[in-house]
Amino acid sequence: MFDAIDLSLLALDAPGWGGALLKGFLRSVELAVGGYALGIVIGICGALAKLNGGRVIRDLAEVYTMIIRAVPELVLMLLFYYVGTDLANRGMQALGYSGFDIDGLTAGILVIGLVQGGYATEVLRGAIKAIPRGQIEAAQAFGMSPFKVLTRVTLPAMTPHALPGMANLWMIATKDTALLAVIGFSELTLATRQAAAATREYFLFFFAAGALYLTLTLVSNAGLRWFEKRARRGLTAAS
Amino acid sequence: MTEQPAIRVKGLRKRFNRLEVLKGIDLEARPGDVVAVIGGSGSGKSTMLRCINLLEIPSAGTISIQGEAYAMRETRQGLQPADRRQVQRIRAQLGMVFQSFNLWPHRTVLGNVTEVPVHVLGVPRDEAEARAREVLDRVGLGAKLDAWPAQLSGGQQQRAAIARVLAVDPLAMLFDEPTSALDPELVGEVLSVIRDLAQEKRTMILVTHEMAFARDVATHVVFLREGRIEEQGPPDQIFGAPKSPHLQQFISSVA
Repeated sequence: MFDAIDLSLLALDAPGWGGALLKGFLRSVELAVGGYALGIVIGICGALAKLNGGRVIRDLAEVYTMIIRAVPELVLMLLFYYVGTDLANRGMQALGYSGFDIDGLTAGILVIGLVQGGYATEVLRGAIKAIPRGQIEAAQAFGMSPFKVLTRVTLPAMTPHALPGMANLWMIATKDTALLAVIGFSELTLATRQAAAATREYFLFFFAAGALYLTLTLVSNAGLRWFEKRARRGLTAAS
Repeated sequence: MTEQPAIRVKGLRKRFNRLEVLKGIDLEARPGDVVAVIGGSGSGKSTMLRCINLLEIPSAGTISIQGEAYAMRETRQGLQPADRRQVQRIRAQLGMVFQSFNLWPHRTVLGNVTEVPVHVLGVPRDEAEARAREVLDRVGLGAKLDAWPAQLSGGQQQRAAIARVLAVDPLAMLFDEPTSALDPELVGEVLSVIRDLAQEKRTMILVTHEMAFARDVATHVVFLREGRIEEQGPPDQIFGAPKSPHLQQFISSVA
């Protein structure tokens, strides 16, 4: 069967579908990077809310992470996407911006970021708790402001503890982008499905898509390893 | 002598829930004083020291640094600092050395020592680094600038922590049992650094279990028992002619 495959279908220019696949791949990477970054921001806020917030704030953060972790991601994404964009559009209209429409990329990043944020909250909360209390006290005792304590001590000191979990979340983010195919966002998986359906070469295109996802993972792994080594350089004595 | 005390503690009380740890402490350190605080475990020595830079919030009493009292306000949870900026400003003038060193593991020795001057006090980096080299030389770590804290022995870490304090040239230094976490053979190197600082008339309050050292370097010794100052005075009197039976017993038990 293999000699029946026409590799020219992967050519970058039409009638090849390679260009469409690569474009979808870039959208996937954009989505993953944006969603992951948003997830980290939400995660830091969520972790601080859980650790230092008052009762109300703590409870809100608790409800958020519970929902995110309890409901299937696909359901969450459909929910956030349809309900979220609907609410946002209505809100903008109410404010007088008629004809406003959130574009797909922004909506996708928001959706992935909200899901990632729930898990990142837990990862970062654990990592912050792993910092010996005294290191933060030392920063306070030297007159650092709460913001300085956070940026100069808490965040860098927790990074090595957070990295294994956060690396995992990055991998999940890259693959969660595929779920957005369901809502019609033309990322790699949807582009692949279109190419395969048009040419009836399912094996070729899904194999190519798999190879692209794998490449992204391998490159990410190398980058994460480098970053982890750098973040842990103070922790491994005499190396 | 009407010299302004560097540190003055008046009527300090601290309770944790229903347990009252400090039951009214009055203490003064004038510039150049080396006040050694001794007492059994649970006597409240560390809590008292941590109240001076508000790592613990007092339940009652006033604490003034160089004549300036912390502004406090009543809340439903008891006293709270009223002015965060004032607290930060005063804290920056008090250098604290902890029992467990508490160096920042993600910075090198040099990075630990320049951190506060550069990021809190706004000293230019090259100036801060020159000063850091100087103080690290003084504590005998001139060759360890680029080492990570985890690569150092306990004694070296504690000396780096002392250098970190010296780099901000504090008004007074607070030592919270600086040698209690060290292996016996490493205690001496840390004590000798502290002794040098005492000899150059740095103001310090030193919570310690090293009685011989306290007798040697202190200008004033305070014996704490169950949250109160049971006896205080010059070291020769405290160690040579203790009046209170509890102090007599304490000294004979640790000697």
